[in-house]
Amino acid sequence: MARIIAGVSTSHVPAIGAAIDRGRMQDPYWQPLFKGYERSKEWFRQAKPDVVILVYNDHASAFSLEIIPTFALGCAEEFPIADEGWGPRPVPVVKGHPDLAWHIAQSVILDEFDLTIVNKMAVDHGLTVPLSLLCGQPKEWPCPVIPLCVNVIQYPPPTGHRCYMLGKAIRRAVDSFEQDLRVVIFGTGGMSHQLQGPRAGLINKEFDARFLDKLANDPEALTRIGHVEYVREAGSEGIELVMWLIMRGALDQDAKEIYRFYHVPASNTAVGHMILENR
Amino acid sequence: MEAKEPEYEDIPGTTVFDAKRSRQGYHLNMFCMSLMKAENREAFKRDEKAYLAQYPMTEEQKKAVLERDWNGMLRLGGNIYYTSKLAATDGLTFQNIAAIMTGSTQEQYAKMMLEGGRNPAGNRSKKEWKRG
Repeated sequence: MARIIAGVSTSHVPAIGAAIDRGRMQDPYWQPLFKGYERSKEWFRQAKPDVVILVYNDHASAFSLEIIPTFALGCAEEFPIADEGWGPRPVPVVKGHPDLAWHIAQSVILDEFDLTIVNKMAVDHGLTVPLSLLCGQPKEWPCPVIPLCVNVIQYPPPTGHRCYMLGKAIRRAVDSFEQDLRVVIFGTGGMSHQLQGPRAGLINKEFDARFLDKLANDPEALTRIGHVEYVREAGSEGIELVMWLIMRGALDQDAKEIYRFYHVPASNTAVGHMILENR
Repeated sequence: MEAKEPEYEDIPGTTVFDAKRSRQGYHLNMFCMSLMKAENREAFKRDEKAYLAQYPMTEEQKKAVLERDWNGMLRLGGNIYYTSKLAATDGLTFQNIAAIMTGSTQEQYAKMMLEGGRNPAGNRSKKEWKRG
């Protein structure tokens, strides 16, 4: 049977991708950030997942205001790298896992999560930056990836509670897949940041620290954070943190925190990262 | 019935991209989206006014685009992930336009971020922003 062995949360700041692609990882500005992911890369190499489910948001790359799916699951054989206006990132094409993806789609829909099935979708920095942070710069990504794209741009995004419950439904889906697969689930975006308006640059270290603590030890408390509180406390784009709760919902209640990293700033953003393993 | 103002309208210096703004800014944002294609960026740069004429935007929205009034675009229904595509066309990053929107120089803004960013204290409610 397939099983979820671990969860990874990480920010997906586009400037991190640009720093990797332009070989600036050793610049004094970036060096402390990349140092914080060295252990994670080693962990990922050893964990050797067969599939990654990667929860992220599209930034007006594959979707625009024409179609705004709340949850969109990528079921294709592969996903091209989006051109976000300055050429696609020089990273490998993302290979999907249609067997597991379709199984998850069918399972969660019957479990009353009516998500959108997507067979053609370019993936942007929201998906590729987390892969780069955990996998480095390989010629091919080490395993297939199932993208789960969440709307966090058009207000309101799904609630944290809904995201957490979707994570639980994904867990049930993976548990019922017949093939033996080791699956790692990523929840990406966050932490506190605001990109827009006169309040841009907001960072809330206390909020972020509490969020990381509770992500590990009391995730259900996080499901009670409402949208206004996210925007007020973590910034207008900090609301992306609801995506971390999909990852957390897919893990055991008592999953073990094995690594944590926090760094300010990457461009406008507080970078947070955690690895949790099922026992 | 008079609509009650949503609670998030009390958050200062912040525009929440809700249904009202999404409807108001649809064409403004879709204009920005068109700049994802190199040939459209070229056409826009060649004659900005003529390019904008293809989109049924309000005159106020067109003016905000031509003047690169980044806060004005948000007020008129623009969303930051869309207006950032206009910024990229101008060769500006997210951090560049963030500095402009906060009324800081690039140096001041970059320094604030390196020092830990804008503290939420005093920035949670419009009541705290009387200082203008």
